[in-house]
Formats: sequence, structure tokens, C-alpha cells
Amino acid sequence: MNMENRRKERIDRGIKVRSDGLYALMGWQELCYLTLPRFVLIAGLLALPLIMPGMYWPRVITIVCIYALLALSFDFLAHFVGLVSLGGAFFIGTGGYLAAILNTSFGMHPMLAIPIATFAGAIICTILLLPCLPLRGVYFAIVTLMYPLVLARIIEALDIFGGTDGILGVDSFPNAWLEQYFVIIVLLLFVFGARRLVNQDIGLVFRAVKDNDQAVRASGMNVNTYKAAAVFIASAMGCFGGACLVHIYMWGGISLFALDFSILPIAATVIGGAGTLVGPVLGCLILVPISELLREFGTLRIVFYSLILVGFVVFRSEGIMVYGEQKYHQFERWVKV
Amino acid sequence: MSDQPILKIEEVTKAFGGILALNRVSFELKEGEILGIIGPNGSGKTTIVNCITGFIRATSGRIFFRGKDITGMPPHKIADMGVTRTFQIMRPYFSLPAYKNLVIPLFSPRAKRTGGWRGGGKLGDRNTVGIDILEEIGFERDSYVPYKLASALPTGYLKRLELARCLALKPDIILCDEVFSGLSMSEIASMVPLIERLQMEGISLIMIEHRLRELFRVANRIMVLNFGEKLVEGSAEEVMANEQVKEAYFGSEEVEEVMSYA
Repeated sequence: MNMENRRKERIDRGIKVRSDGLYALMGWQELCYLTLPRFVLIAGLLALPLIMPGMYWPRVITIVCIYALLALSFDFLAHFVGLVSLGGAFFIGTGGYLAAILNTSFGMHPMLAIPIATFAGAIICTILLLPCLPLRGVYFAIVTLMYPLVLARIIEALDIFGGTDGILGVDSFPNAWLEQYFVIIVLLLFVFGARRLVNQDIGLVFRAVKDNDQAVRASGMNVNTYKAAAVFIASAMGCFGGACLVHIYMWGGISLFALDFSILPIAATVIGGAGTLVGPVLGCLILVPISELLREFGTLRIVFYSLILVGFVVFRSEGIMVYGEQKYHQFERWVKV
Repeated sequence: MSDQPILKIEEVTKAFGGILALNRVSFELKEGEILGIIGPNGSGKTTIVNCITGFIRATSGRIFFRGKDITGMPPHKIADMGVTRTFQIMRPYFSLPAYKNLVIPLFSPRAKRTGGWRGGGKLGDRNTVGIDILEEIGFERDSYVPYKLASALPTGYLKRLELARCLALKPDIILCDEVFSGLSMSEIASMVPLIERLQMEGISLIMIEHRLRELFRVANRIMVLNFGEKLVEGSAEEVMANEQVKEAYFGSEEVEEVMSYA
């Protein structure tokens, strides 16, 4: 067959079509087809701490989860609300410092300090970002990038919150199992919660704010209220990550505002598949361990890291998750034209 | 129709830099009335809609809705009071099916209070209410049309979808920015009765149009704008007879033709 008179056709699998409707309730095959991917994600994440050897790799898994929360918050804000946020470092820093202060100055137990820091941190981040909510695209991104820089310099210059030494003597989690499973379970809750949220009616409003904010205004809804609600949700994810981080490292300092927290989640979102919410989590599961493995190469680490990123962007720019969904739901065949 | 003005525009001026898009324009919209606004391109028709609905702020002048000053209020508050608009360049949510487009306005506080176009104060499932509204406005319920992506709908349906988005709020006023333009003759023929029905249900309308023949059929009163200034206001016959209007708007020959329809 000549290449010119054939093309590739992509068709939904029969089981995909069947499990879209009520038929899924009728057969175990359809039920498995629907639940298997979710089950693999949940069971896989829960099993990771058990199969990881030594002291070092379980810690990496926890860090993966914290990055995954940031990537999830980036994906949610950028692809469902239309706010491109580089605020990962801002959220981590705010949540982290709050938890460290609550723990060291007020003697709160970590399991109490973390939820309070998450909630209060999200409120603080939302209030600080409130004036910039009417901004769109790159302008909002610049402001979110500026805040961590400003806050870090303020702490340094005024020598508050331990200045450049940071806050020492933060309590660790009561035990290592709690540390790992707490973060993993909260990550799963946020992933499935966010997926559910964007498919509710309010999720449609969020997407409408992204695609067509004039029409939302003309429908009698305040666009900025919805943007603020979305920023609150997204910053709560980041602040939670930051609060956990200080209790893991038993230290909170200016490096909480490091730009890694803003940049790596975006790379993970690109690799994992933008707009899928699960993709960014997968992206972090790949990127963060790779970055740890590459430590052996010393300064060449960044070179390899960049090559992997470029490879992904050039050859799989839609992301792993989108590619995987295609393969799972559809088959391809060549047809004559 | 009563004599009470539902909307009152007083001396509204809008300047873009040195250009006066609107120059001390005043008019009233009576309860239940259809007011047509015509004028050549760039005469300030869309600007007046934008000023009334709060999308742009008038440089000076006052706008009253039911006696309440709404000048300078944000668009979402004005829409919440029941003053809604369609967009000349249609703005549906292209990535959503037609009925899901209505879930978004039905999520608004006003829709929650009023229950949507036909609602008796309690809002049911938004998907069902959305399909009900679409059916009433000419989307065949049992066909696939309400379930089609908005990006796949022809212009006629998109214009209706714009109106449906307003109706979801159970509006008092709809400002229609060129709902007839770009439609085929048969599409317009089915749109005219729809507009008449909206009026019968007590909705007041301002219609900005270039399609004079159809506008003169539905409108109770016509106002002519030229270079941001109000030229004349009155019935279709009065407006057409006006010498200034002929000169500014039509050129001499076309008037004869249009007059025969008016």
C-alpha cells in the first residue's frame, strides 16, 4: 500500500463506549475497565513506602508527593481557571514558615500545626494575590514569582523568623510511617477531589472564567470571586506541602522560597500531561526521582535533566497521561483513503 | 406596555482619548417596549450597550434602572439586577455542549433566586432547566442539537444561545447587539416571532440592528445615532421621513426602498 493513500484512524474501544453509560453496572469487565486505572494509582502510591529500600528513598517519595501537590495546584489554576501561577515557592514558603512558627513558638503538635498552617496560609496567599486577580496570563505569573523573592528578602533584611539561619528545632512527625502515609493520603484526596470539583457545575464556571470571562460577567457573576476561590484551593495544596516539609526537615528557612518549587511543577505538568490533573502527579513521580538519581553525575546532572525534558517536549508534547489515555481508550488502524 | 421608564439614560458621554464615541446621549426605555437603535458603523451603538451594562464606564452622564442609579456599577451587579446583554461577536463556551453553556448562567446568584426563565423561584437541576430554556427558544429537544458542542453550531443557533444565556437569568431587560446580522432570511423569519414573544412575556428590549426591515417590524420606537450623537427618535415612519437621517445614514436611493417596507 502506498503511504499517500492510507491514513491512521483512531476509534474508541467497545468497552470504553459501553462503560460510559449505565452498562458499566452490569458487567465485571466494564467495572474493572473503569476502576483499574484509579486502583493502580491508589495502590501504587500506597505501596511505594513499603517497597522502597533504606532510609533515603522513602524520604524521596514524600518529596515527590509534595512536588505533586504543587504540580496539581499549577495544573488546576492554569488549565481550569486560566491563571498561570509561578507561585509554588510562595505557597510552600508561607505554609512552611507558618507551621514552623506555630510549632516552635506556640508549641503546637505537628498534626495540629499542619492543618492550621494549611488553612491560614491559604487565606494569607489569597489575600496577598487578591489585587492581582484581574491580571491575566504572564502578568499574573510575574506577580506570583515576585512574592517569594520579596518575602525571602524581607526575612533576610529584617532578620525576623530566624533570619538567614531559619527556624531551628521544629518537631518531626511522631513516626516515619505517619509522615509518609499522611502526605500520600492527602495527595490522593486532593487529586480525586480536584477531579470531582472540575466536573461539577462550579467546575464549569471555573472553565468559563478561563475561556470567556466577559460572558461570565454578563451572566451576573463576579469573576474575581471565583478566581479567589480557585486561588484559595490551589494555595491550600501548596501550603500543606510547605507545612509538611518543615516537619520533615525539622527546619524552616529562606530556602523554602526557592524557585525550584515554582519551576519543577511546571516541568512535571508538561511531561505528565497538562489539563489532566493526574498527569502532573505522574510527571513528579518521574522527574523527582530522576533528579535524585542524577546526583551521582555531579554538575552534569542539569545537562541530563534538560535533555530528558527536551526529549519529552519534542516527542511527547501532549504528555504521558494524554498519550496513555489514548492508548487505553482507543485503538488505531490503517485505512485506505 | 406602560409609560413608566424602566431604563433612563441621561446625557451619557463616552470619550476614547480625543474621540467622542457618545456625545450627551439621552433616551428612555419604557416598561415592555422594544426600542431599536440604528446608525452607521462607528456611530456608538455598541458603546451605549457597553455603558449601560457596565462593561465600560461612561465619561459623564447618568444611567438609571427603575429609578436606581446604576452608573459605574460593575457588569456582574448590573446583570444581577436583570439588565442583560448579548454580544455582537458571539461568545458561547465553545468547548461545551449547548445545554452545558446554560449551566454557567444558571449558577449565578440571580438564577438561584429566580429559578431561571420559567422558574418559580426554585432552581431545579441545571442541566434540565438549561435544556428546557433551549427548547423554548427553538432548539428541538429530541434532536441532537442541544447536545452538540457550541463550536459545531451554526450562527442561527449561536444567536439563540446568546439570548438563552440572558433568559437563564430571568431578565427584565435584554440589550440585543445585532441578533439578526449574519442570519439567513429563513433564520430571521423564525427569530422575529421569538423576539415578539419575549416582549409579550414582559421583557423590555433594546435592539441594535443593521437589518432595518426586520427591526421596523418588531420595534415600537426607533432611535438614530450618528457620530455619537442622537439624531432623531420616533416611530419608523417619522425616522425615515427625517432629512438628516436620510443624509447621514442611507444615501438617497436606499431610503425609497426601505420606506416601502416601513
